[in-house]
Amino acid sequence: MTTKQKKNLSRIIAAIVLLVAGIFLGEATTYGIVLSLLAFGLAGWDVIYKAIRNISKGQVFDEFFLMTVASFGAIFIQEYAEGAAVMSFYQLGEWFQGYATGRVRQSISDLIDIRPDFANVLRDGEVQQVDPYEVETGEIIVVRPGERIPLDGIVVEGRSLVDTAALTGEPVPQELLTGKSAISGCINQSATLQIRTTTTYDQSTVERVLELVETSGAQKAKVENFITRFARVYTPLVVGLALLVALIPPLLFGGEVMDWLYRALTFLVISCPCALVISIPMSFFGGIGGASKAGILVKGGNYLERLAEVGVIAFDKTGTLTEGNFEVQEIVPSDSYTKAEIIYYAAAAELDSLHPIADSLQRALGREVDRSEVDNVQEIAGQGVIANVKNHHVLVGRALLLANNGIGFESANESGTTVYVAVDGQYAGRIAIADRIKADAGSAIKALRQLGIRKLVMLSGDKKETACRVAEKIGLDAVLAELLPEDKVKGLNELFQSVPHGKSLVYVGDGINDAPVLARADVGVAMGGIGSDAAIEAADVVLMTDEPGKLVTAIQIAKKTTGICWQNIVMAIGVKVLVMILGAAGVASLWAAVFADVGVAFLAILNSMRSLYGNFS
Amino acid sequence: MKKNIRLEGLDCAVCAGKMEEAISKLAGVNSCKISYMTQRMILDVVEESYADVMTASEKIIHDLEPDVLINVK
Repeated sequence: MTTKQKKNLSRIIAAIVLLVAGIFLGEATTYGIVLSLLAFGLAGWDVIYKAIRNISKGQVFDEFFLMTVASFGAIFIQEYAEGAAVMSFYQLGEWFQGYATGRVRQSISDLIDIRPDFANVLRDGEVQQVDPYEVETGEIIVVRPGERIPLDGIVVEGRSLVDTAALTGEPVPQELLTGKSAISGCINQSATLQIRTTTTYDQSTVERVLELVETSGAQKAKVENFITRFARVYTPLVVGLALLVALIPPLLFGGEVMDWLYRALTFLVISCPCALVISIPMSFFGGIGGASKAGILVKGGNYLERLAEVGVIAFDKTGTLTEGNFEVQEIVPSDSYTKAEIIYYAAAAELDSLHPIADSLQRALGREVDRSEVDNVQEIAGQGVIANVKNHHVLVGRALLLANNGIGFESANESGTTVYVAVDGQYAGRIAIADRIKADAGSAIKALRQLGIRKLVMLSGDKKETACRVAEKIGLDAVLAELLPEDKVKGLNELFQSVPHGKSLVYVGDGINDAPVLARADVGVAMGGIGSDAAIEAADVVLMTDEPGKLVTAIQIAKKTTGICWQNIVMAIGVKVLVMILGAAGVASLWAAVFADVGVAFLAILNSMRSLYGNFS
Repeated sequence: MKKNIRLEGLDCAVCAGKMEEAISKLAGVNSCKISYMTQRMILDVVEESYADVMTASEKIIHDLEPDVLINVK
């Protein structure tokens, strides 16, 4: 609470105490009237001041003016206590709105408190502490344990664990060692690191992320714009209705002037759309803040809203649903060899190959190849490798290699890549290699279905068999395979036909070479955004880690946020309409109106604050 | 050009809506978005009109909320 808020709160409480004391002494007694007027003045002097000030600046019919009119009106018809109550409780509501807004703003800036205060830069053999803005690209920075990494770079010395939770929502620390890239905003935990910077501060991950969250408010959701428009017509409409209620019955139907004036005042009390105007942006801001805590960057309320309306999701394959690393899936030896022999021959022959497939063979072997057992290595471009392993003549490569050397073999009909092995002129076996499906891909797809998403599709540049195998394994509905990058946009356009009205099409990719697709979709989601400028630039939503499960979390947050908004809209408008009906009928008193109005604001704001919190898997 | 402007002390959500509407209508303004929660104004403005737009915006903002500090990044 700021000092200003504390002062205001004590003032409002004092006014309410006076008001209650006045009622206790008897509303109509001199003491009662004096106390009520004191309460009114104490609670409302600044409202009256603002009303006059704003009128002088040409701002009529704002909430200050209307509250002033409503409470003076009550005093005019000698309802002193009610006049004071209108002002006091209106002020209490205002106070709470200000307080809650401050709290939400603070919570979110705490959540994204990743801004480094300084950088230790190594200059002329000395460590100097400088503002991160002053560090240039290519300089060496020193990050001690407990300090925040101030700029992006490559580790040149040291080995340490870093806490990436503030950026990724990932609780397990990551190991950083020489040659690995370090992301600004992470906290170094165990040992001192030296990092060669690769960006300036204003281009670093930390600054981009902060900029994104802070400017997200500018991309407003449809509901937000609706509420802004609604607010514009609501106040004049209610004031107009109040005038009609005050004038028509007494003038045309001989109603009693004071009675109808009183009824009209109940309208003025509820004439501020504050509950909605504050709670709706607050929900979205809370949703965006909560998401960033989970390692999900959302560039605006509009994207959160569209994410909640998701009808169809299209996934990229490599790097999104699969790891993007090759993995040995199956080893099929011929009758005269064992699996262990086949993998050894293949790994040994490919020992010095730079192809990613060679890496997967080494990993599958699980031990070092004895270099002295390999010689005469001959690489045949686009076919494979010929080498002597343990004095055997070994061929490892595509089917073409064996065919060209006149070796008969059983051709496999597997998806992915098949590596054939021949030993001493005889076919010895084959190894199936494919990209590995991400650990949580299957469960993420299942969870998306439980969220009611009907159509889940894969768009892939890969071979049909490979794509279909992955799609089948994790349970997607359809596959568009063998797409060139430009075909992906076409594929997405076709998918739009199958999106039900009012629903959105979400595309999830790695953000590296699918920028046009990310842009074309209603919501473009880039995965593994941490450290990837391209992804942060191109996408509407960035999942900082590369788990498909984060998409589920993002949609859950989006649905919760928009749900809160609609609850608030229905509740606030419903209560206000009810007060108008009851007020016009002479059933609702000014007491009821002010309690209803402030109560709705309280509830709407408390409801909005829920968007910030929540346990999402 | 796009400007990211901090509106420190922006405390009235209804006023923020009115400011946004009025500033959007100024000559030279392509778009104006004011976020009450983040206390930011993202102003997309024709470069030549920037100075005029800022003078006019300042008056609009201060007429509605005199205590707002306008802080251009």
